[in-house]
Amino acid sequence: MTTTATRPAPHAEATAPTTLTLAKAITAALHDAMAADEKVLLMGEDIGRLGGVFRVTDGLQAAFGEDRVVDTPLAEASILGTAVGLALRGYRPVCEIQFDGFVYPAFSQIVSQLAKMPARLAGAGTVPVVVRIPYGGGIGAVEHHSESPEAYFAHTAGLRVIAPATPQDAYWMLRQALTQPDPVVVMEPKRRYWDKGAVTAGAASLAEAPALHSARVARPVSAERAAAGGAVTVVAYGPTVRVALDAAQAAAEEGVELEVVDLRSLSPLDTGTVVESAQRTGRVVVVHEAPVFLGMGAEVAARVTEAAFHSLEAPVLRVGGFAVPYPAARVEEHYLPDAERLLDAVDRVLAR
Amino acid sequence: MPDAVPAPDAAVQLLDPSGTRREDARWGALVSGVGAEQLRERYRDMALVRRFDAEATALQRQGELALWASGTGQEAAQVGAARALAPQDHVFPTYREHGIAWVRGVDPLQVLSLYRGASHGGWDPRASGFHPYTLVIGAQLPHATGYAMGVQRDGDVATGDPARDTAVLACFGDGASSQGEVSEALNWAAVFRAPVVFFCQNNGWAISSPTSRQFAAPLARRAEGFGVPGVQVDGNDVLAVEAVVREAADRARSGGGPTLVEALTFRVAAHTTSDDSSRYRPREEDELWATRDPLTRVEAHLRATGGADDAFFDAVRAEGDELGARVRRGVREMADPEPLSMFDHAYAGDHPLVAQERAWLEGWIATEPEEAR
Repeated sequence: MTTTATRPAPHAEATAPTTLTLAKAITAALHDAMAADEKVLLMGEDIGRLGGVFRVTDGLQAAFGEDRVVDTPLAEASILGTAVGLALRGYRPVCEIQFDGFVYPAFSQIVSQLAKMPARLAGAGTVPVVVRIPYGGGIGAVEHHSESPEAYFAHTAGLRVIAPATPQDAYWMLRQALTQPDPVVVMEPKRRYWDKGAVTAGAASLAEAPALHSARVARPVSAERAAAGGAVTVVAYGPTVRVALDAAQAAAEEGVELEVVDLRSLSPLDTGTVVESAQRTGRVVVVHEAPVFLGMGAEVAARVTEAAFHSLEAPVLRVGGFAVPYPAARVEEHYLPDAERLLDAVDRVLAR
Repeated sequence: MPDAVPAPDAAVQLLDPSGTRREDARWGALVSGVGAEQLRERYRDMALVRRFDAEATALQRQGELALWASGTGQEAAQVGAARALAPQDHVFPTYREHGIAWVRGVDPLQVLSLYRGASHGGWDPRASGFHPYTLVIGAQLPHATGYAMGVQRDGDVATGDPARDTAVLACFGDGASSQGEVSEALNWAAVFRAPVVFFCQNNGWAISSPTSRQFAAPLARRAEGFGVPGVQVDGNDVLAVEAVVREAADRARSGGGPTLVEALTFRVAAHTTSDDSSRYRPREEDELWATRDPLTRVEAHLRATGGADDAFFDAVRAEGDELGARVRRGVREMADPEPLSMFDHAYAGDHPLVAQERAWLEGWIATEPEEAR
């Protein structure tokens, strides 16, 4: 093999926060992970010279060479399948699936091979493959470019599934995913790729990062305010964290306080943080883009009901996509849960 | 309807069914080091693997195994391919590669633990270079290709060091050749010149479907379309398989990229112990292939050339009896896994839900009445 390019020095120390888009935060995380661990390599369609259709891997092939940023044949099953083989040889492949709706040719490899290989090996090896999937709607795309398939993966034992919502989390969670031993599916909220936020990067910053599988209270409500009533817990992740925060602002103007919990990790699920919030507010609404039926919201609702039944003042409600194939883009605004639909559910749990 | 099973006569053959060793400048040279002593070793491998297979079939009939997928009839293909490999080479098997497992030193009882339902495999591929059995047809071919890409990145190709340069044997069957992932893997390995030997054991049948339902042109000819060499070999000729796989593995190790080898063989038994081949396979086919048996021809050759006598064959038979006894005893004494072990390797790292459910089951088992455990 040939290409060895000069590498920029890794960010060994935590740098001062810089403002990055969520996409560029992922680029930085991949760059720093590759600089820190020579076994990390990227695989996917058009990720090299082009830098990926979303430019997430922009500049990385120039920095690390064609052997570590691999433009693959157009075959998703084999992107995952060869990643399994590379992992068995001691590598840490990061597979980019170009769009959510194109992951299904690789589904068998993810579910029947990647997820089950550790149990098959019974300790004689690991397969730390990271699968990056730009997901979700709201970008006016054609069919197969707007889906939310996270429940399939969260339902599959052997996988870890994460969904960062902010540039900082995107950086940290990618770095953390690339230093632990299990397969991780990263659901990247593609319509938030261009959202900006402060990012503290570098290896030292990871000490400040919350645990990979912890949820985060993105907008807290004080205990006093919650005790006074009229507060609602909204559970969101990925692209709907922004929806929840927008709704919280509107609700506050009407005297209703929303505590927004960003799940961050879908499997394992940080049930404790959600239940703790539910116990204080007594009311919970879950919001995601995926169809409500058998979605993540169903699991959250069941676990909250089981653990906080006596604190609940209302049934846990779910707001999300409908039981239809993702619609044509010109009507997707009617499919996707927005702040208005979320606030309607908030009104219902408050019996307003 | 075309002949379901192509005649192996047109394929590379070094030892014909009567046991006559053919002169062959190209392929013969690759196994010139296989004399009487080495042939006796290969015969012993094949005979013990066949005995092991018969024992496993019997154990399934006795209820000791949940299932058995017999490899009888394919001993030459498997032993020949395995004997062509170097210790550092790797194998990605289907679920019927018992002969390769044997040569690579995998404990036969570990293989049976899978078919007993006591494990999903569990042997250590790092020790044997023999990866877990894959039951999803064809899914292991991209694994083999990816593994070979790792070999390339480790610089273990084309160094000229015979103890370092590494090839990967990707096993599949005639049925698997219809799977998209098999074509993907061939193409992918060709594009990256990955050191893979694609080794198809065309045993004539994918459960009840003959090869005529899988492909309309000989499989080996598909290689040309992928830009790789393709060879058809008599899969019941242990010498020819070893020669053909040796050349392909040498090509892979020296940086020449992948090769497609199609070994023509025959699945003597049904697909598995749950199958009944008399429902779909003409009896004449079994009778025809009985004349092409992989062990008979080696025995005939060794006897005719003075390479082995009754004492040798008696000793191998006695060794087979010992193996059979060991396998019977081992399976009957095989303990069921601890129930809580199901949680052990779901994840390598900490997982709170798994830990919680494990604790729950532990408590549940502890409160069960003794007789229910």
